[in-house]
Amino acid sequence: MTRSKDGELRDTALSDRELKRALAVTWSAPPGLWGALSTVDHKVIGRRYVATAFVFLALGGVLSMLMRLQLAQPEARFIGPDRYNQIFTMHGSNMMFLFAVPVMQAMAIYFVPLMVGTRNIAFPRLNAFSYWIYLAGGLLLWIAFVVDTGPDVGWFAYVPLSGPQYGAGKRADVWAQMITFTEVSALAIAVEIVVTVFKQRAPGMSLDRLPLFVWSMVVTSFLVIMAMPAIMIASTSLILDRLVGTHFFNPAEGGDALLWQHLFWFFGHPEVYIIFLPAVGMVSTIVATFTGRPVFGYLATVMALIATGILAFGLWVHHMFVAGLPRLGESFFTASSMAIAVPAGLQIFCWLATIWAGRPVFKTPFLFVIGFMVIFVIGGLTGVMVASVPFDTQVHDTYFVVAHFHYVLVGGAVFPLLGAIYYWFPKLTGRTMSEPFGRWVFGLIFVGFNLTFFPMHILGLQGMPRRIYTYQPEMPWSGLNMFISLSAIILAAGFLLFFIDAIRSARSGAVATANPWGASTLEWATASPPPPYNFARLPVVDSREPLWTEPAELRVAAGLGVDRRELLITSVAEAVPEARESSVGNSIWPLLAALATTVALVWSIFSPWAVVWGSIPVAVSLIGWFWPKGVPEDES
Amino acid sequence: MKANTVLDLTKLPAHGLGTVSPSWWGTLAFMLIEGTGFALTIVIYLYLMSLAPRWPLGTTPPDLLAGTTLTVLLLASLVPNILVGRWARGQDLRKVRLGLIVMAALGIAPLILRAFEFPAMHIKWDQNAYGSIVWFMLGLHTTHILTDVIETLVLTCLMFSRHGDTPRRFGDVTDNAMYWNFVVATWLPMYACLYWIPRL
Repeated sequence: MTRSKDGELRDTALSDRELKRALAVTWSAPPGLWGALSTVDHKVIGRRYVATAFVFLALGGVLSMLMRLQLAQPEARFIGPDRYNQIFTMHGSNMMFLFAVPVMQAMAIYFVPLMVGTRNIAFPRLNAFSYWIYLAGGLLLWIAFVVDTGPDVGWFAYVPLSGPQYGAGKRADVWAQMITFTEVSALAIAVEIVVTVFKQRAPGMSLDRLPLFVWSMVVTSFLVIMAMPAIMIASTSLILDRLVGTHFFNPAEGGDALLWQHLFWFFGHPEVYIIFLPAVGMVSTIVATFTGRPVFGYLATVMALIATGILAFGLWVHHMFVAGLPRLGESFFTASSMAIAVPAGLQIFCWLATIWAGRPVFKTPFLFVIGFMVIFVIGGLTGVMVASVPFDTQVHDTYFVVAHFHYVLVGGAVFPLLGAIYYWFPKLTGRTMSEPFGRWVFGLIFVGFNLTFFPMHILGLQGMPRRIYTYQPEMPWSGLNMFISLSAIILAAGFLLFFIDAIRSARSGAVATANPWGASTLEWATASPPPPYNFARLPVVDSREPLWTEPAELRVAAGLGVDRRELLITSVAEAVPEARESSVGNSIWPLLAALATTVALVWSIFSPWAVVWGSIPVAVSLIGWFWPKGVPEDES
Repeated sequence: MKANTVLDLTKLPAHGLGTVSPSWWGTLAFMLIEGTGFALTIVIYLYLMSLAPRWPLGTTPPDLLAGTTLTVLLLASLVPNILVGRWARGQDLRKVRLGLIVMAALGIAPLILRAFEFPAMHIKWDQNAYGSIVWFMLGLHTTHILTDVIETLVLTCLMFSRHGDTPRRFGDVTDNAMYWNFVVATWLPMYACLYWIPRL
């Protein structure tokens, strides 16, 4: 073992075994609770994020089953109107803010650094902070619900219902502050992903060799960066209206209720694509692996992702067609809403062409992709229908819309996500999920989903409104409602089986090899699960499918230091090496900063002075976080 | 899988500055987030104005003195700020220390002027929607000045400590200087909106 002239220990001086041992010492977290609280490993945090998001999925699922129990028959007395309002608000808010967005970003936290061939995500401590803040926001919402202070104003919290005049108590404030928590965490991850992809790619991985999932996450991150400030400003002004008497949304004093809707949907529509685009990235990844060939039309697919991202900002008014806006504006938003079907359709045709030209292997992840295509296309078709103002006016606020967005969101995001969990489970845990179980899970969820949600289109056309806690027996809705509630049991059974399989497989599933599916991307070039340093020697890339071009050998770079956590910085477009850079070590400060922020934010629901006094501990914890500790990572 | 070494990284520097550094890109991304926030507040201002029968609602246009002095001061602060950035890139510790002290002072001074800007609006936040949005915009920008001042003060302490004289700290100083440029740049459209649009 020889050190270079400057006293650094480089990987060039070490044998493979010595190198792995040295890297493990440098990159591991300490054992036990302290290690768990202070780790900044993107894999540990990513896995934690995914698991937490799935817990929220299960909780949101329980709420939906409670609603189905209540609606199964007319005049049911199982849940009262007040609790029902809280339950549907919690279901929507929980699924959007605590499950769908975080779980997609969580998958990116785990897989983007591996897929671009680096050792940790950019800004690892911000990543740890983001998780704690997300967890605190989730706990805030659910604890409030348990003590009967759950928000009851719908997941988009329209004023004046959520304003000071009608929304008495703290329920709407809990909703608005939960938004702050989850958006801070989402914005932090978006910045980390953009910088990781721009600056930490493996040498040679030029932008036109970026895996499609990584592309989808870059576009998604820019959507988060541009869209989420709108909801943060909206929820802050709502809290101000409620706490210190501002008049943003009060028409009597020059404010405007529709301003809320504009701000909410300027975020809320891109939100749909923030959930959907990562899912199409997963679909592209799975389609390539299970057809054994690259996705047809790489450039077209990337352009479709970017076009969807841009168009996503030009659609928000289609949520407000019945709000009495000018006719010309409505026509514009009808046209743009229909236009976004073009890039979505283009991607579908690219996947179909890939399957057509490839040799499809119908394993569980691929089954979920097929299910996605069927369900998402139906959801897309009803989307084009509700883009038309006369039709939307008819079905607005009915179960037709409930059916439509569940087809788009569950079909468009949850199906690819479940496929992705089956696909990447070996990398996440080192074990494989059960294939026979997986087929049952897919079958139950696919059948259960369609039997549950397709009849809702009919209920909507029959005039059943959303968000009613019960209905009279004279209405022609009871038969279909009972059918839907029974079908929901099939759907729930599918998810239950999925959770059982995931927990069982994580403990005792078949041990996975490094690349069990014979896939082409870099996350499969390291062990399952990867060691703390991801790659002993960083891969070098000269094609879009590095593991298919050279199946037997991995081209690598040498010369990085091993005394400090070190990774490689490359140029934005061509990924030419520019510098060796340190990656920060474990730290408890992100957790302390998150605790201080949580105190300030929760306190500010009750007093505006919390912003003044509460920001002092936040500032102290941030200074503690950034103050150099004299560790090797500080050196340059 | 067999590893085949095809690239030698031994000659690379141990730290990158400017566009090579991830922090530079991170700062840029946060500027994009906050810039979107500032732009949205201007949109809300114009939206509320479009609904109002007259503007400003229920009061006279704001007094120009405090806001204009602050604007001139912020613009003037760009000169030492750009110099600090340049000295940091040249890794000149003595000048950077001096420049940071000047910049800390030039960060605190606008906060004092800002205290006079709120009353110059002739309206409170809870009187009407015009009052709400102007206080919101001023408040949002004040938080940005405040956070940058705190960051500058911490950096000043750092540069006087034993941790100061490293390329990494000089990189922090250039990123901080870039962020101050952003704080000044975002103020200009806010200033035009708050002080001159009511006079149109």
